[in-house]
Amino acid sequence: MDRRSTALGRGLLYLLPLGFLGVFFFYPLLAVVVQSFAPGGRLDLTPIANLWREPYFGRALWFTTWQATLSTAVTLALGMPAAFVFARYRFRGKTVLRALTTIPFVLPAMVVAAAFTALLGSRGWLNSLLMDWFEMARAPVRLQQTIWLILLAHAFYNTTVVVRIVGGFWSNLDPRLSEAARVLGGNRARVFFEITLPLLLPAVAAAGLLIFLFCFTSFGVILILGGPRFATLEVEIYRQAVALFRLPEASAIALAQIVLTFVVMAIYTRAQARSSLPLNMRPAAATEVPPTTPASKLFVALTVAGLLLFLVSPLVSLALRSLAGGDDPLRYFRELFVNRTNSLFYVPPGLAIRNSVFFALITTALALTIGTVTAVLMSRGRARGAALLEPLVLLPLGTSAVTLGFGYLLTMGQPPLNLRASPVLVPIAHTLVAFPFVVRTLLPVMRGINPDWREAAAVLGASPWTAWREVDLPIVGRALLVAALFAFTTSMGEFGATLLIARPEFPTMPLVIYRLLGQPGALNYGQAMAMSTMLMLVCAVAFVLIERFRVGQVGEF
Amino acid sequence: MAPLLTVTDVSKSYPGLPVLKEASFAVDPGEIVCLLGPSGCGKTTLLRIVAGLETPDTGTVAFAGQDVHDIPVHRRKFGFMFQDYALFPHKDVAANVAFGLRMQGLPAPQIAERVQEMLALVALDGYEQRRVVELSGGEQQRVALARSLAPRPQLLMLDEPLGALDRALREQLMNELRTILKRVGVTALYVTHDQEEAFAVSDRVLIMRAQPEQGEGGWIEQEGTPSEVYRHPATEYVARFLGFRNLLRGTVVQLHDGVVGTLHDDVVETLHATSLQSATPGYRVETEAGTLVAADSAGEFAAGEAVTVLVRPEAADVRQPGERGENLLPGRLISASFRGSYYLIQTEHAGGVTLICEASTTDVELPPAGDSLTLHLDPTALTLMRPEAA
Repeated sequence: MDRRSTALGRGLLYLLPLGFLGVFFFYPLLAVVVQSFAPGGRLDLTPIANLWREPYFGRALWFTTWQATLSTAVTLALGMPAAFVFARYRFRGKTVLRALTTIPFVLPAMVVAAAFTALLGSRGWLNSLLMDWFEMARAPVRLQQTIWLILLAHAFYNTTVVVRIVGGFWSNLDPRLSEAARVLGGNRARVFFEITLPLLLPAVAAAGLLIFLFCFTSFGVILILGGPRFATLEVEIYRQAVALFRLPEASAIALAQIVLTFVVMAIYTRAQARSSLPLNMRPAAATEVPPTTPASKLFVALTVAGLLLFLVSPLVSLALRSLAGGDDPLRYFRELFVNRTNSLFYVPPGLAIRNSVFFALITTALALTIGTVTAVLMSRGRARGAALLEPLVLLPLGTSAVTLGFGYLLTMGQPPLNLRASPVLVPIAHTLVAFPFVVRTLLPVMRGINPDWREAAAVLGASPWTAWREVDLPIVGRALLVAALFAFTTSMGEFGATLLIARPEFPTMPLVIYRLLGQPGALNYGQAMAMSTMLMLVCAVAFVLIERFRVGQVGEF
Repeated sequence: MAPLLTVTDVSKSYPGLPVLKEASFAVDPGEIVCLLGPSGCGKTTLLRIVAGLETPDTGTVAFAGQDVHDIPVHRRKFGFMFQDYALFPHKDVAANVAFGLRMQGLPAPQIAERVQEMLALVALDGYEQRRVVELSGGEQQRVALARSLAPRPQLLMLDEPLGALDRALREQLMNELRTILKRVGVTALYVTHDQEEAFAVSDRVLIMRAQPEQGEGGWIEQEGTPSEVYRHPATEYVARFLGFRNLLRGTVVQLHDGVVGTLHDDVVETLHATSLQSATPGYRVETEAGTLVAADSAGEFAAGEAVTVLVRPEAADVRQPGERGENLLPGRLISASFRGSYYLIQTEHAGGVTLICEASTTDVELPPAGDSLTLHLDPTALTLMRPEAA
């Protein structure tokens, strides 16, 4: 291959991610912007101006902000002791426990919502136990459709963010810094507030902002656990667009949402760049000690027990609830495949499994192809194109799935792209959601490849393609597998965008769970539990595989 | 004078790893004592136990006659200078030095004054507002020293304080460090693995040893002033740790003041003369390489006792081959390496014994490698010690 054709080939490679992002990300997003500024084709600022007069907008904005703030505070409060224990103590089962804390993070919102319903809802495990023991007629724990359940679910989701970011940073922090302060006469509290906390602050801020961002764009959890009383901006976009069909209003909210999340993202990126005090980092293995004093043993034991209870009990209750079908423990699972309505148009919920797997496979193939090309282009660094791709990869991460789905509603139902009727729109949306994670998993590994290896291969007679196949691919192989699993689970669990764009005849598993949870009756509830349990198992298996194949600490957030 | 710090039978082990085995020592007021030993001998742990950063499994640490076991680290009023200094990266130089003073609750003007005083002591006037991460290694070391001295600690501990610096800077700072510590008059306990540093800084050296593979944590093998330790290593371990490589097996055949076995008269005379000159006991020892007179030993040895002869590298000077007399060892030059003020020569002698010595460069011309030569070994640079039990 001569130089010119290589350059041409690379140019064509750029077209793949740029084209895909252009058509399926920027075009729908642009439509949202146009719709909010110029509904009906002419510049009209009334929807945006009206936004400030509409009480629902102010209410949603206020609720979104304070629930995200409170969720962040609760998560930090719960996560900091765990981060400390993981960072400073060595104990048996630590690695497994740390992996366990990550499971909730990879679970679909529907599964988490269902799990908390199963544990603390009115039909939940806790309530049935209490009612049995004390022979009560009504459920004593009434957390369903209160803010508490939402906060708990958000904390459940994000504790691992604190453990990984703050705990990771903490474990590399030289313990001699606080020892020096101790010898100089500082008691434990003063040393924590004067030395440890200020040094941890960048990590705490990074974790906090990330959690805030996740909770700010929370959709499924709020929809299920909050009920009609609570609406975040996400929920409000969905409500305006789908229930009320007020597209300009929905667009205006979506626009506000985009702007706000980008502001938070920008602060997050800035904070990360600025916070880098040149610290003398120590390997984690050198800073952890076994708990020796009775107090430290107790603290470690309590933290581990609390963490297990908090993270495992909702998932166990979910599994138990799905099996509580009376005489036949598998009844709810069987019911999923039965057409009770005898209706010709009815699709048994079980078919959603087939749809989900089908969509997930397409998503995996798409996300992997586009993600790999993008990561390859970005890792070969010097080119200006690589610098251009960097923010483009980040943008989809900061755009909520509901907004994306709404953008598809606006654009994909008419020429030039009439894909509304096609089931392929769902995996395309899923690909956009999964794409940033795929790139972030692959990129560090690809950047870690020494270019000398490739040059050595070239000198030994390998063409660029052969060199990639012989050098890069074997090294990137494991990361590719992890990325594939990420893409697959993301697609299996995606809810926000799917809810807006899925055809009724092709429901996915999260959609079925949502529908079943919204319908009355023990049978529907049980089936929702059964479906959630299956989804949880798929994600858990994928997660175990990810943990196994993960290379080092790559692919984090 | 009662010792200020007394460490008695301190033992410590981590799961599967013995660290200290009944280590005992004492430090007098105003003294600079150095714990010297290879890595893994438990010296840093011993220091951390004294500071209160770790607790011993058994044994006691007493300060001014009082057991400090129940005094938490921040109330001990000790100073500790860490390896890599552990300067607070988010505070400037002045705030680092002021930290201990603030913990004492001193009023701000007094703190400011003391910070000035301390920075002047370590020659860092005007560095108050500097970020510690911007300082050079040597400057960081001085800030760390100022920070640990500022609260007037009753005892200052230093853990490899010069370990992170390059050789030239270390050389300069070890003298400076001793000067500052002596000027302040602080009692100091100093940990290092570098004998040169230990000798230059301390009044007294404690040499530590551990045999973790045999389940034994560190203990104190020998203590003494730097010159005592250098001249009279108590054991082969100490000799090897200090870098001595010429250890010869032998048997005492004659004491300085008596005659054992059969000897020529002239040798007896020389022996008596040597003993009288140096006023140290001289011993005549039969070694594999030949008979040697050693006149610089600390202990008493009996005739017929198996001993190890330490030939210090400065003992040798090169003589013409064929020259005969006392402490003259004929042999062959294996190699010679020019080191400026001396040649490092390796020679081979009777019984396959090789010696590595420093031969003065102003001395006679060295023969080419492979040729024979005779070494004269100065009896006052030859020390006897008890051989290591196998």
